Amino acid sequence: MIEIKNISKIYKNGDLETKVLKDVSFTINDGEFVAIMGPSGSGKSTLMHILGCLDVPTNGKYFLNGQDISSLSDDELADIRREKIGFIFQSFNLLPRATVIRNVILPLIYSHVPSEEREKQAKIALAKAGLEESRFQNLSNQLSGGQMQRVAIARALVNSPSIILADEPTGNLDTKTGEVVLGTFQKLNLEQKRTVILITHERYVAEHANRIIHIIDGAIVEDSQNQQQRLVNCKIT
Amino acid sequence: MIISDLLKETYSAILMNKIRSGLTVLGIVIGIGSVVAMISIGQGAQGEIQSRIESIGSNLIIIMPGFQSSGSQVRSSRGSAQTLTQDDAEAISEQVSFIEAVAPEISSRYQVTTAKGTNTNTSIVGTVSSYAQIRNLEIALGSFISDQHVKNLSKVAVLGPTTSNDLFGEGSNPVGQKIRINKIDFTIIGITESKGGTGPNSQDDMILIPLSTDQKFLTGSDYVNTISIQAQDPDSMTEVQNQVTSLLLIRHDIPISGTADFSVMNQADIVETASSVTNTFTILLAAIAGISLVVGGIGIMNMMLTTVTERTREIGLRKAIGAKNKDISFQFLAEATMLTFIGGVIGVILGWLVSLLITKFSGIATSVSISSVLLAFGVSAVIGIIFGYYPARRAALFNPIEALRYE
Repeated sequence: MIEIKNISKIYKNGDLETKVLKDVSFTINDGEFVAIMGPSGSGKSTLMHILGCLDVPTNGKYFLNGQDISSLSDDELADIRREKIGFIFQSFNLLPRATVIRNVILPLIYSHVPSEEREKQAKIALAKAGLEESRFQNLSNQLSGGQMQRVAIARALVNSPSIILADEPTGNLDTKTGEVVLGTFQKLNLEQKRTVILITHERYVAEHANRIIHIIDGAIVEDSQNQQQRLVNCKIT
Repeated sequence: MIISDLLKETYSAILMNKIRSGLTVLGIVIGIGSVVAMISIGQGAQGEIQSRIESIGSNLIIIMPGFQSSGSQVRSSRGSAQTLTQDDAEAISEQVSFIEAVAPEISSRYQVTTAKGTNTNTSIVGTVSSYAQIRNLEIALGSFISDQHVKNLSKVAVLGPTTSNDLFGEGSNPVGQKIRINKIDFTIIGITESKGGTGPNSQDDMILIPLSTDQKFLTGSDYVNTISIQAQDPDSMTEVQNQVTSLLLIRHDIPISGTADFSVMNQADIVETASSVTNTFTILLAAIAGISLVVGGIGIMNMMLTTVTERTREIGLRKAIGAKNKDISFQFLAEATMLTFIGGVIGVILGWLVSLLITKFSGIATSVSISSVLLAFGVSAVIGIIFGYYPARRAALFNPIEALRYE
């Protein structure tokens, strides 16, 4: 469960102070599929960084599964990210000259999973993300955009995190492939009860989630259940 | 990250850009190679000098006469005084403990001729039977001077191999033939084994005759030039040296505070002096070669900085998925160390080949010791850590958010 209470983030550049987040509070329960929507410059990326434990708020508290993480050190934050959070990025961020399997294994290396276990877990995660088995030994730069994003999803899933954090996951994909990726999130949310947080600037994409938090100029303007969730007809493989 | 993962990552990272890694490694190869080659030259020279010095004998103490200072103020050269006698030598062998053997000797140069008409000018050394033992002389042909020869004032001679070659030609066996020294005929009874070395003091170019014969027929006096003493073991050399000095001071009626009319030299001192010279020489050579190693190290740092910048996003990603700062810095440190280690291995092989070639083509003695190889490995690893530290630290301290956004 995610609980943020009155968090704000202020960037200082010399004498100039920029208040990117202003007193933001909300709670996300386990098993929710939430979209955080907002135009560029709205502070949604900063919010994602804080939710993803890549950054800490200037003021306010952030509880992840009851643990206060607003004042942890770099290494403690790294531990939280490794154990509890799976990231998916707009530009995939795969290691280009490594195989698909190796890319998915990467988080397991840092969490000291014994090497004989790794491949097994990676294959399970890849299957969940819906990548064909014939691609497992390909180099990641030989894949299409949709396939790359599915590898990235598998990488995010492999550590069984409590939250999946996707930052504009469809931004580099065409509509059809984007649709498939969003369908994958819905499937993970419905069938495996994973918490998914989707960051996007497009309302259309946000409407695939079952709750939308709309943020403008660092403040929440709308936080509501999405009554008309766009369900993708899940035909992934 | 466990070691095997670290090695796997490092291996694939190095292979990612083979040419760049190769060129960077080359810098270290040249550095380590030249250090190994230079040290091998220095150590070769040192070994050569030491074995020369040790070939004059082991645990050797040499007593030589001092200045001729009686009467006038003018001093003649050291060693020219006639102050040491055969009695001194006998007293030493009777009264000083820890002594293996004592050999008094006289040496002077004479023209030597043979019946065939060949002649040479060489040093004639009058000595006793223990000389061979003290000076590590081996007999190649015939036999050495015996106590009987000394007692009987026998006119016999043992030739050094160079002298023998000069007088009788290479490969001949002159044992039994006669040579003429200062108009006196001597019968050759033996030839010594070659010990190497050239010049007027070569141990290969001399004629050894019984001490008593020398004193009676050639010098006509009781004095000796040198007394060589062999101590029982290296530990007792200082003790022997002290005892000999005090005994001779008493025998020569010199007060403790006075100037001794002899000097006592310890072989260990000579070796030490020579070693310190060649050590300086080795350090100098290694330092010059070390400069190229530092340049190679800077090459490593340069490459690592480039790699870190190129892989900024990868670093950001690794941090996002839970890598700690130390995981990142170990990864890049391992890469730098792996490069220098590979460079070290190839460099040692190269340096060793170079020293073999130097010996083969120029005849300069070289010696690649285990310690210099270990030193080279140690230095290359340290270079990797030192020059890899800054880039690795830089990578570790990247802000993951900015690193992920890096274009």
